[in-house]
Amino acid sequence: MSTTSASTALRHGTLGTSASRPDGVAKVQGGFAFSSDMWADNMLWGATLRSPHPYARIVAIDVSGAYAIDGVVTVVTAVDVPGKLTYGLIVQDQPVFAAIGDTVRYSGEPIAAVAADHPETCQRALAAIKVTYEVLTPVTDPEDCIAGVAEQIHPDGNIFRHQRIVSGDTSVVGAVQVEGEYEIGMQDQAFLGLESALAIPDSNGAGLEMYVATQWLHEDRKQIADCLNIPEENIRLVLGGVGGAFGAREDISLQVHTALLAMKAGRPVRISYGREESFYGHVHRHPAKIWMKHHADLNGKIVKIESRMVFDGGAYCSTSPAVLINGITHTQGPYKCDNAIVDGWAVRTNNPPCGAMRGFGVVQACFAHESQMEKLAAAVGVSPVEIRLLNAMETGDRMITGQIMDSVAPVAQCIRETDAIPMPAPLENNADLRTIPGGTGLTAQPSNIRRGVGWGVSIKNLMYSEGFDDFSTARCRISNGVVTIKFATSEVGQGFTMLAQQIARTVLGVDEVILDTIDTQVGSAGSTSASRQTWMSGGAVQVACQAALAQLFDHVATKFEMTRSELEIDGTDIVDRLTQRRVTVSEAISEIEIDCTEEYHHPPTEDLDENGQGNCHVAYAFVAHRAVVDVDPELGLIKVVQIATAQDVGRVLNPLAAMGQIEGGIAQGLGLAVMEEIIVKDGKVRNPSFTDYLLPTFLDSPTVEMVFIEEHEPKSPLGAKGIGEPPCISVTPAIANAIRQAVGRELPRVPIRPYDICL
Amino acid sequence: MSINIPVSGQSNEIYSLSVNGQVHQVKDAWIGESLLYVLRERLGLPGSKGACEQGECGSCTVIVDSKAVCSCLVMAADAVNTEILTVEGLGPNGALTDVQSAFLSEGGVQCGFCTPGFIVAVHHLLESNPSPTDDEIREALSGNICRCTGYGRILEAVRTVADQRRTNS
Repeated sequence: MSTTSASTALRHGTLGTSASRPDGVAKVQGGFAFSSDMWADNMLWGATLRSPHPYARIVAIDVSGAYAIDGVVTVVTAVDVPGKLTYGLIVQDQPVFAAIGDTVRYSGEPIAAVAADHPETCQRALAAIKVTYEVLTPVTDPEDCIAGVAEQIHPDGNIFRHQRIVSGDTSVVGAVQVEGEYEIGMQDQAFLGLESALAIPDSNGAGLEMYVATQWLHEDRKQIADCLNIPEENIRLVLGGVGGAFGAREDISLQVHTALLAMKAGRPVRISYGREESFYGHVHRHPAKIWMKHHADLNGKIVKIESRMVFDGGAYCSTSPAVLINGITHTQGPYKCDNAIVDGWAVRTNNPPCGAMRGFGVVQACFAHESQMEKLAAAVGVSPVEIRLLNAMETGDRMITGQIMDSVAPVAQCIRETDAIPMPAPLENNADLRTIPGGTGLTAQPSNIRRGVGWGVSIKNLMYSEGFDDFSTARCRISNGVVTIKFATSEVGQGFTMLAQQIARTVLGVDEVILDTIDTQVGSAGSTSASRQTWMSGGAVQVACQAALAQLFDHVATKFEMTRSELEIDGTDIVDRLTQRRVTVSEAISEIEIDCTEEYHHPPTEDLDENGQGNCHVAYAFVAHRAVVDVDPELGLIKVVQIATAQDVGRVLNPLAAMGQIEGGIAQGLGLAVMEEIIVKDGKVRNPSFTDYLLPTFLDSPTVEMVFIEEHEPKSPLGAKGIGEPPCISVTPAIANAIRQAVGRELPRVPIRPYDICL
Repeated sequence: MSINIPVSGQSNEIYSLSVNGQVHQVKDAWIGESLLYVLRERLGLPGSKGACEQGECGSCTVIVDSKAVCSCLVMAADAVNTEILTVEGLGPNGALTDVQSAFLSEGGVQCGFCTPGFIVAVHHLLESNPSPTDDEIREALSGNICRCTGYGRILEAVRTVADQRRTNS
């Protein structure tokens, strides 16, 4: 690893240092309160009854059997929803509970919820509820929806969005053409901290307090309030400790159900999903089919791209329209291209609902374009590195949406720095068995193993798109000599709480920074997604601290007779540049009360027009990955040996946290490349458990060698770019390309399964 | 299909568990409860986490009679007459152990949900193998899933503790 910024001169805990996590000690000691650890006096347990059928009409629901069980307090169904009967992030098309006469549209759709004195009582109560179904034939093929031959399974229709991009001269024909049809499986976010919420009704029945693990408190509150038909201000949402998110906590899962049970029972209720229910309870990464054709000149310079992308959104809308837009607007990848014609579809089926997952549509597009780049390199006879350098995008380029790339765009540098990372040692004949494909199963001789090297390079938009003002809010208070920062930003593990303290320490010159409770008692922070919180909430904390600092300087200039316009923070002092007089910040803040709440907004963006033209994205980040993979061609088993990566991060604000994001993202991209897939057959999930849904273990995870590319992003308030999503995007095709190189097969689908390699 | 075992406060069985050197009586419990459930919901020890309920993820790792086990797979009532050690009992009087300190200093903690299980498993590993190779660390901890870190910083934390213990011994 190399970094240019971790200067030893920086005061510990400020920006650029590996500051300590404020939640770290509690987390290593087991004392950190995750949402599933929340508990209240007189608390009931809740549980959800779900449809076993992907598509069925509900003829009758009889809950009397549940009430007959000792310990059962409350049952709720669709008839108990006092407000809006549906919820959803973009379109409210998902029923709180499927109602009699209506249909369930996916296997796992909620029908009722119970509250009882013990989790086991809840399970018995669920088993005692009788639901009569008229089972229908599910719509499972997205192409049937596009062709208009599928039964319409929802009043809103079966198409979530259709969008084209038509750019430049579409009649151009390249001397070299490569094409492929690619498929990406349904990946699960598989956060470890299962969905959980505790709802505590107010004694007057007018509202409630809720502790919930979520990515966006204010959006949850809005949807809960609508369904409960109570004013938003009567709901105080508090962030319960979040055990990872990765997109799966953007949508409502158990929030409304828990609130309904608590309000009806008049007692605190906690719902905590188990792992199987979690697979049904949240949206997944869209499975997609992508056809792509690249036209290039004889040197390999791309002259046109054609593509058709189909995203299966499953039963309800969630964020499918936005995922689609991300996919198609990233068709070209991090490469120059003037001419393109892209046709994108996101459709509704009776498959599990899909929505946000780290990478958000770009993962799918990137798998296609990076598979294509490998083919293009082979077609024109240059190396994978040369083809990518030849086409590398730069700041000032016009993209296929017509938007001008105005972010720092060090694509070539990412590729070159990655290429310069030393390769791992060759596989020895006496290699430790744990390091070879198949491991201690002793299924392969090292001499039979083939090693491949593959590349992947990606571009990822940062923040929300298409005109959405996803602002963030922060409050900085100085009182009795203590600095307190408040925000509603979801800390999901990424370390925003640590970053907020770093910003406050740096701006205000203090060492101690108190963090207030993360809840809805301050303005929205927007969602912890889209690699946006360092930029957006980091920006909000910075402007709130700067506003407080301005008031502090006014006070100091008067009280200590210093020159207002010449004041600056130097370490933990305020210094007058003119007179060199100093006063410590701790003395300066000891007698002043300051309270500043500020919002940070990014520059506005635009909708796409009918030809997919418009300045729809805020900013971009880039990354390159090189994978070295050992393959046992006989059994199709693989071992990822090393991932080398250089990532465009703008500025490293916390080296350890940045490394952790990059290594963690790479592991998730590895999972999609070779092991992780929710297997859906006839609309039913076949592997809803950690026994059958395989996650990368310690042994599966490679050595990661990384370089941070630090060119400060002028548009970003801290000079930094979001780093959460890029690591998991192009590592997947890099691994696929390495396996392809090792075994000489096209392998157009991820995850690549053993039988894809060896049969 | 119903199992006619009382759930709510109707069991007459009272049993004792010795956890972190302290004896706890478990009363009025359903006899089918797992050790993980009883630790978390009855004994006020929520540090052990449940993430898969089938012994795949290691988040619930505790030490029972010197063996690392998944507490989600152990019936609580079956753990009588054993010595149980959970993450809460590792550090004396609230102090951090060397493993806990190294997880913090090396960046091994993100969301933290897998962390207690990992901490317990690393203590167990280093007691049985004070100088593990990287491959031994990876194998010994392959029953603990982490979704955030990609394991790199956790590997570094384990190396750090092993080095420190070698230096100090």
